[in-house]
Amino acid sequence: MTDTTTLSADPNQPLRLLPLGEQPAGDVSATGLSDDDLRSLYRLMALIRRADLEATALQRQGELAVYPPLIGQEAAQVGSAFALTEQDWIFPSYRELGAAVVRGVDLGEYLHFYRATWHGGTYDANAHRFGHVSVPVGSQVLHAVGYALGSKLDRLPVVTLVYFGDGATSEGDFHEGCNFAAVFGAPVVFFCQNNQWAISVPLAAQTVAPIWKKAEAYGFPGVQVDGNDVLAVYLATKEASDRAREHGAPTLIEAMTYRIGPHSTADDATKYRTEEEVERWRALDPLDRYRSWLSATDRADQGLFEAIDEEAKEFAAKLRRDVVASGPRPVEELFEWVFAGDLPPHLARQRDEALRFASEDGPNA
Amino acid sequence: MPEITMVKALNEALRHSLADDPRSLVLGEDVGKLGGVFRVTDGLQSEFGDERVFDTPLAEAAIAGVSVGLCMAGWHPVAEMQFDGFSYPALDQVISHVAKYRYRSRGRQPMPLVIRIPFAGGYGGAEHHNDSPESYYAHTAGLKVVTPSTPVDAYHLLRASIADPDPVIFFEPKSRYWSKEEGALDGDGQGLPIGKARVLREGRDCTVITYGAMWRSPWRLPTWPPRSERRSRSWTFVPWCRWTWRRWRDPFARPAMRWWSTRPP
Repeated sequence: MTDTTTLSADPNQPLRLLPLGEQPAGDVSATGLSDDDLRSLYRLMALIRRADLEATALQRQGELAVYPPLIGQEAAQVGSAFALTEQDWIFPSYRELGAAVVRGVDLGEYLHFYRATWHGGTYDANAHRFGHVSVPVGSQVLHAVGYALGSKLDRLPVVTLVYFGDGATSEGDFHEGCNFAAVFGAPVVFFCQNNQWAISVPLAAQTVAPIWKKAEAYGFPGVQVDGNDVLAVYLATKEASDRAREHGAPTLIEAMTYRIGPHSTADDATKYRTEEEVERWRALDPLDRYRSWLSATDRADQGLFEAIDEEAKEFAAKLRRDVVASGPRPVEELFEWVFAGDLPPHLARQRDEALRFASEDGPNA
Repeated sequence: MPEITMVKALNEALRHSLADDPRSLVLGEDVGKLGGVFRVTDGLQSEFGDERVFDTPLAEAAIAGVSVGLCMAGWHPVAEMQFDGFSYPALDQVISHVAKYRYRSRGRQPMPLVIRIPFAGGYGGAEHHNDSPESYYAHTAGLKVVTPSTPVDAYHLLRASIADPDPVIFFEPKSRYWSKEEGALDGDGQGLPIGKARVLREGRDCTVITYGAMWRSPWRLPTWPPRSERRSRSWTFVPWCRWTWRRWRDPFARPAMRWWSTRPP
């Protein structure tokens, strides 16, 4: 197995602000972030790292049906979600627990999806302006474009950001969404987390042209960014969302990152990639890189990191408590909300039968 | 009262809905300046502007998927699939999202979307222009699937569909597009409620349950069923049909089916 992944140190691409190897830090002031914001970014990534590990453990212990770990992609999610305003919308795919945390989504509610106790999670998508978990790959791209078009028709200064992966760029929905957004000038940020693998298929087998370059063909800007550099991701997303808000112009951002874990807890990544490749990317860990920079620039000290670690432990412990405490949803909820208003008679009959079947006395009661 | 074609009746239904509901939109391929390949959206863009009535790129999945986002942004899209046989690229969006979003969101996010699909044959179309895909949709929970048979029905049913808070797949029987009927085209969508069948003709011996263009077929025959077949096995449903008459109206057809399922042929 050969390593086909790249995170180029070429200064021309991708966009990078944190130092990497011989490459010095870029102009961080361009982000306009205060020192408090800079520390918040680290705190969010640390909470997400712990929550993600906890969710993976919960699956191993049988508390979740399945879970797609995001470890390694914290900077890509935090940097992008942090760059949006409160009224902006996020349409996630299925690996965006990190962006959900930035949006204040309760993870116990979010993880109902992966406990297989509720489709899409039980959180209020409208309250958080964070769409429901969307698993059909790339399908959420079109929802984001539709929402953005709707906002534009309402003359609202709302930007819509949609997450998807490198594999999704092969889907028709991705292409249709990009093209549609360009034709209508819909204020969308297309945010690709290129984590190099679509389950077992590497990027080179997925597409030949660099993903960010596809934007040119649709007629809007494309940017490649170091996805393990939270500041670069923030800056790229901020610029893209400003452009969308002011000019109704979409942008395609390709965040070069890496899926350190398996595709999901049901996947065995050792079947298709080498441990050396994973180790090379572990050395580019987004939390380590950012923590080093915060320390080196005296923006945070050991005391702060320890306090954040403590908070992260409690954050994960609460997640565990909430998940373990949540039982199956009541049977009658199978029938609620399928349609508006009263249940149609045929579904009401099915509900009654299901309730009878689920009762202790069984179907013959 | 003048006679009106089904195309004109549908056009009027869209016009009245666009006027009554400022959140309603019409989108699809060629629905703008051309007014649709069957002219169902004729004149709507010039009357309501190209923000309320607009052409989309030639992408059916996008038409459905973008409509999901429009619903989330509080709009009431009426999307057109140009032909039955071209509606399949949108099926993933319809099954995975349009039909499920209300349920998935625990009722918080309705999908007040209508997808109009000209369907079925009998009008001289080529392959991919005569499909009857209604069962694909009818077997998907969360969708309401309707089709009118006559122009006046078409008007009321489309208005009811647009007013409905749930996603409605609205099949338009192409072979009846140019059929004519007299009737009043007004009302707020209450004229023909979704989920109720209409008794077109009352009889004594047999019940014919049908929809869309097919309601015409039995009446074309001088006697139906043919005399030679009245006693054959293939017509043993006649008794239960007669039984049905007494319970014809509500719920439609179901008692007949249940009765039949309990008896050996």
